[in-house]
Amino acid sequence: MKGIAITGMGIISSIGNSVEENYISLIENKIGISKIQNIPTVHADVIKVGEIKKTNEELVDELELSENNNFSRTAMIGTLAAKQAVENAGITSINEFRTGLISATSVGGMDMTEKHYYDYFENPELIKYISCHDGGDVAEKIAQELGLKGMVTTISTACSSAANSIMLGARLIKTGKLDRVIVGGTDALAKFTINGFKTLMILSDDYNKPFDNTRKGLNLGEAAAFLVLESDEMVQKYDKKVLARVSGYGNANDAFHQTASSENGDGAYLAMKKAFEVSGLNPSEIDYINVHGTATPNNDLSEGRALLRIYEDGKVPDFSSTKPFTGHTLAAAAAIEAVYSVLAIQNSVVYPNLNFEVPMEEFELKPQTSLKMKNIEHVLSNSFGFGGNCSTLIFSKS
Amino acid sequence: MKKTYINGVGCISTQKTFDTVFLEEAVVNTNETVLSIVPPVYKDYISPAAIRRMAKGVKNGIVASALAMKDANVENVDAIITGTGLGCIEDSEKFLKNILDNNEEFLTPTSFIQSTHNTVGAQIALSLQCKGYNFTYVNGAVSFESALLDAKMQIEENEANSILVGGVDENGEYTLSLFKLAGRIKKENDLPSNILNSNSNGVVYGEGASFFVLENERKDSTYAEILDVEIINTLEENEIESELITFLKTNNLQISDVDAVVFGFDGDITFDSYYKNLTEKAFAQTPQLYFKHLSGEYDTASAFALWMASKIIKTQEIPEILQVNSVTKPAYDTILLYNQVNGKNHSFTLLSK
Amino acid sequence: MEALKEELKNKIITTLNLEDIAIEDIADNDPLFGDGLGLDSIDALELIVILDKDYGIKLVDPKEGKSIFQSIETMAAYISANRTK
Repeated sequence: MKGIAITGMGIISSIGNSVEENYISLIENKIGISKIQNIPTVHADVIKVGEIKKTNEELVDELELSENNNFSRTAMIGTLAAKQAVENAGITSINEFRTGLISATSVGGMDMTEKHYYDYFENPELIKYISCHDGGDVAEKIAQELGLKGMVTTISTACSSAANSIMLGARLIKTGKLDRVIVGGTDALAKFTINGFKTLMILSDDYNKPFDNTRKGLNLGEAAAFLVLESDEMVQKYDKKVLARVSGYGNANDAFHQTASSENGDGAYLAMKKAFEVSGLNPSEIDYINVHGTATPNNDLSEGRALLRIYEDGKVPDFSSTKPFTGHTLAAAAAIEAVYSVLAIQNSVVYPNLNFEVPMEEFELKPQTSLKMKNIEHVLSNSFGFGGNCSTLIFSKS
Repeated sequence: MKKTYINGVGCISTQKTFDTVFLEEAVVNTNETVLSIVPPVYKDYISPAAIRRMAKGVKNGIVASALAMKDANVENVDAIITGTGLGCIEDSEKFLKNILDNNEEFLTPTSFIQSTHNTVGAQIALSLQCKGYNFTYVNGAVSFESALLDAKMQIEENEANSILVGGVDENGEYTLSLFKLAGRIKKENDLPSNILNSNSNGVVYGEGASFFVLENERKDSTYAEILDVEIINTLEENEIESELITFLKTNNLQISDVDAVVFGFDGDITFDSYYKNLTEKAFAQTPQLYFKHLSGEYDTASAFALWMASKIIKTQEIPEILQVNSVTKPAYDTILLYNQVNGKNHSFTLLSK
Repeated sequence: MEALKEELKNKIITTLNLEDIAIEDIADNDPLFGDGLGLDSIDALELIVILDKDYGIKLVDPKEGKSIFQSIETMAAYISANRTK
């Protein structure tokens, strides 16, 4: 048995409020990209987003939070996903063993700061939301809702954040620091990120088309997903059902540019190479690659080149980006895609890379465009972020 | 299992902590609610072309990491791990204000890019051309300890031989105004501040960047060995002592083995009781030190404490300005650091010679 | 046209924080990117905002900037021909 056991999963995204709902959407081509409703923005007509169609009030009700709560949207969707994961893993007494929480977020509770930026100074009732300004506030709230008292921390490395939280969790189990750890990420849509990506001119006004020659950019999305990782001692002692294993991981830095990826995908190549080293697997043993595939001109070119460096013979396994379904959910992306990777293993399925028509002029790479059933032993999942932050995870059948 | 040594340190803080020996020029400022860093000459470290878009936190992070690397006599590292509570918050504020004031029009990307939490670690990697592991932790008062714990695991597991690890935070005007509003920062009429005998809520705020080169071997430049780091989110006041004893026991130590203990007293009367009980009872016979009267309180202030403790072990001297009590020891070989903020995010760090 | 060029040089120096550079240092035909002034892709995005904000010219695709931002000369010519304010 190689790798760290995954014993629970939870997710909320624009394509579903549970693991089951997300899976059904993926295999029935139900996409979650739509016009933005929950945030008033001047860009509403020129962007499409993967928005969770629940208002903050509905989320408060669903979580049964008290009226005087001070949860940001990011914290609420994070709590929903983390609770599902803990329940799925059959954990009832959370502090019984050395249990940690590693969250990931990019904006954190910035949705509250941008909402009340000037009003804080006029309306004393809003002051309770000031704590949302802290990067660690989201994890704090999730831990509080789970009743978890032990190690809690947050990783923020832009769009690779959740991959890195899964990586840290796996290492905490491997080194024996913790018995079990809840890992994942959460990011809600915010004006801050919408406008940030807008200034970088990498938002598409259409449905995103990963790896297509005419791709125009990404659609932002919001989501949260958490996984429970447990040590083999815990699995054996309590006869836990193992959903899949985290068998490889690697993080590397492109050290090329503050936002853009290098032309030859150095960081991505190094991250994948490290993940293979950790797992002891050969690239040819991978059955499905869930690519980062944001559909920006820069990412897909760089990632494609990196894939071709790993697969020198050009025999790249079936690959697809699931971002046409969910949008790019930033710090949560690697966590939701980890859930999708485990589901791919469990259900023997490769998801379609929607909206793909024409291969890129730079190379011959063609993603899997329709649903494909086949046995899957190992899935590789990539996630890359600003600051050249490149991460790869490998999931394997237990 | 490899051991982890601190082989180089670099510190930019609200005191003069570069081009000095060890806090001989330190000044306790009790008349301000917010302290600002003593800036280095950035152009000595960063090229004009590179500096033009850099946030304050990035510049301080680059200088502090350059100081640490020079101190350790290393040219490059295998990994860069950063802790920051708020990242380059000035740029976040600027971008947000522009969104709101200009109704989402005419925005430029520079401040958005700088606002990304991992921008300090990323720009250090860019300037060093370091393609290795690069993580950034953002979790309030344990942001830096998370980075430290991660680095220690990598060295123990032979995943890296040398790691640059640091804590960096910067003051931003809007954020400070929010913290004042929320009562986190002391009121002007509660000045002058007296951290050890405070009778008011809130803290004196600060900023800074402290970086360390950690390696798996002892060198001439070695300051100390990091024995252990532990992070606990929630502890009741009455649980602290037993947790600390358990932590020491895991490392085959007891309280009497600790040559000095560093507490994170920040002058917030509501939560300083977490330390008070320890100073009066369990650690009454141990030399006790504090630091936030010099550094100010901020999410990664505990990195300043690690800088200070490293210096003490290396120089075997404790500047009087740091002492809480008058207990002394013949040698300072084992130092324990305990920090928490608002009764949350507790961390224990253990160093030895 | 000369006034516009001078104006552009000023804007570029202040917006892009080119502290060590004076207007006289930028010749009208000097390349702005690469070997010349050494600007990069983030600067290009900043220049696109200048076009929008100060001259009412909206670029949709950042690639369009490539030919426009070759030099002060090309930038001034493009602005004169397309400005709406």
